[in-house]
Amino acid sequence: MSLALLQEAAMSYGAFAAIGAGLAAIGGGIGVGKIGGAAMEAMARQPELQGKLQGSAIVLIAFIEAIALFAVVVSFLAMSA
Amino acid sequence: MKTTTFNLLKSLLSGVFFLWVAFAAYASPDAESKESIKEEEFEASELIFHHIKDSHGFHVAGDFSIALPVILWTDNGLVTFMSSEFHHDNDGEVVVEKNGMKFVNLHEKIYQLEAGASSVSLDHEHHPTNAHRPLDFSITKNVFSMLLSLVVMLLLFSTAARSYKKSQNHMPSGFGRFVEPVIVFVRDEIAIPNIGEHHYKRYMPFLLTLFFFIWLNNIFGLIPFFPFSANLSGNIAFTGTLALITLLITWFSSKKSYWKHMVWMPGLPVPMKLFLAPIELMGMFIKPIALMIRLFANITAGHVVVLSLISLIFVLKTAWAGTVSVPFAVFISVIEVLVVAIQAYIFTMLSALYFGQALEEEH
Amino acid sequence: MDLVTPEIGLIFWTTLSFLVLLFLLRKFAWKPILNSVNTREQSIKDALAAAEAAKREMENLTADNERILKEARAERETMLKEAREMKSQMIADAEEEAKAKAEKMISSAQAAIETEKKAAIAELKAQVASLSVDIAEKVVKSELSDKDKQLKLVADLLDGATLK
Repeated sequence: MSLALLQEAAMSYGAFAAIGAGLAAIGGGIGVGKIGGAAMEAMARQPELQGKLQGSAIVLIAFIEAIALFAVVVSFLAMSA
Repeated sequence: MKTTTFNLLKSLLSGVFFLWVAFAAYASPDAESKESIKEEEFEASELIFHHIKDSHGFHVAGDFSIALPVILWTDNGLVTFMSSEFHHDNDGEVVVEKNGMKFVNLHEKIYQLEAGASSVSLDHEHHPTNAHRPLDFSITKNVFSMLLSLVVMLLLFSTAARSYKKSQNHMPSGFGRFVEPVIVFVRDEIAIPNIGEHHYKRYMPFLLTLFFFIWLNNIFGLIPFFPFSANLSGNIAFTGTLALITLLITWFSSKKSYWKHMVWMPGLPVPMKLFLAPIELMGMFIKPIALMIRLFANITAGHVVVLSLISLIFVLKTAWAGTVSVPFAVFISVIEVLVVAIQAYIFTMLSALYFGQALEEEH
Repeated sequence: MDLVTPEIGLIFWTTLSFLVLLFLLRKFAWKPILNSVNTREQSIKDALAAAEAAKREMENLTADNERILKEARAERETMLKEAREMKSQMIADAEEEAKAKAEKMISSAQAAIETEKKAAIAELKAQVASLSVDIAEKVVKSELSDKDKQLKLVADLLDGATLK
C-alpha cells in the first residue's frame, strides 16, 4: 500500500516536473522570439551588419536558452527526488 | 574533380542520415524486446534514459555488445576485470568476485557488497542497503567514446599540420584545407574580439582544443551506430569538467581589476557596493555552471527528442506512426547538426569572453 | 538525479583526455598550423606593402620627372628673359652712346658757329667802322659843297648801308 502511494507520488512529481519544464519553455520561447525578431528587423534595416548581428543574436539566444535549460535541469532533479 | 568529391561527400552524408534513421528504427525494438519480456508495457522513458546515461558495455546491435574494462579503486587497492563478467546484467543479480570482494552492476553502477553479503538487497527506493560504491575509473561507453575522439583528433590535426609542413608556401592540402577556415574563424571571431590583440595568442591552443573537442564529441553523439552514439557531451561530468577548466584558467589569468570589480565595484555608493559584491561573487560561479548546463541540457535534449519521436512508433504500437515520426526525427537531426556546431561555438566563445573579462586592465 | 550527478570516473578521464589533447595538439598541431597561417598572412601583407611601396616609388618618380621638367622650363624662361633684357639693354646703351656723340657733334658745331659768328661780327664791325669812316669822309666832302646835298647824301648812304 505504501509502495503504491509512493509510486503515485513519484508519478505526480514527474507530472509537475513536466509542467515546470513546459513553463520554462514558454519563457524561453518568448525570449528567443523577441531576440530573433529584433535581430531580423535590424538585419533588414542594415543588411551590411548581418554577420555581426547574427553572431550576437546567437550568443544572446544562448543566454536565454540557458535559463530555460536551468529549469529543465531543475525538473530533472524534481522528477527523481 | 572538386564537384565529384562534393557529390561523394553529399551522398555519403545523406547515406549516413538514412542509415541512422533506419538503424534507430531497427535498434529500438531490440532494446524494447528485452523490456517487453519482463513487463508487457513499452517504457519509452526507460529506453531514452538508458541511452542518455553511461554504461559499462557498448551495445552494438541485437544481443551483441562490446565488453569494456572495469577499473575500480577499492579499500584493498585496484581491481580490474572486463564488463562481460556481468553477462549484460544491470539489475545487481550477477555477482563478480575479485580479490575476495564481491561486485554487482546495479543500473550501470558498480557496487561493492559489504563483507559477508552474498547478494544485493534493495530498499523500496531501489537503493542497495548492504553495498557501497568504490571509486569507479572504468572505461565506460562515454570514456571509450572520448578516447576514440582523442585518437581521431590527434590523427586528423597532426595530418593537417603535416600538410602545412610539406608545402613550400605554407598552403594546406587535404584535411588542412578544411580545418584552416575553422581555425581562422576561432581566431578572428572568437579569440581576438573577446580577448584582444595583445593576449589572444596564449589562449588559442586552449580555445581550439576546446572547440574541436566539444564539436567532435557532439558529432560522435549524433551518429547512431557502434563506435559512436555515446551521449558524452550530454553528460554533466564531461561538460562540468570543461567548465571547471575554463573557470580555473579564468582565475589564473585574472588581473587585479577583475577581483576589484567583483568585490568592491568602483564608482558606486557604498551600500550599492555591499549589495553587488555577493551577486558578483555568485556570478563568478554561475557563469561556468551555466556553461556546464547549457551544453549538457542541449545535447541531452536533442537525444531525448529524437529518441522520443522514434519511440512514438512503439508507444502507439503502429508502424504508421513512423510516417510522421521518422521524417520529424530526420528534421530534428538536421537541426541537431547545426545545434552541435553552435553549442561548441558558444561554449568556446563564452570561455573566451570570460578570459577577456579577467584580463581587463584598470582604465 | 542520476542524470545531473557527475561521476568521478568520467571527470577523471575527461580531465586526463583534455589535458593530454591540449598538450599534444598544442605541440604538434596548433603551433605549426597557426605559425603557417601567420607566416602566410604576413607574407601576403608584406607583398601588399611592397606593392604599395613600389606604387609610391613610381608616383615619386613621376613627380620628380615633372618637377625636373618644370625646373628646366623655368630655367629656359629665365634665360630667354635675360637674353631679352640684355638685348634691350644693349640697344638702349647704343642709343645712349649715339645720342651722346650727336650731342657732342652738335655742341662742337655750335661752338664753331659761335666762333665764326664772332669772327664775322668782328669783321663786320671792322667793315662798319671803315664804311662809317668812308661815309663820314664823303659826308664831310659833300657837306662842304652843298648843305642840302650833304644831308641827302647822308640819308642815301644810310639807306644803302643796311646791316646785313
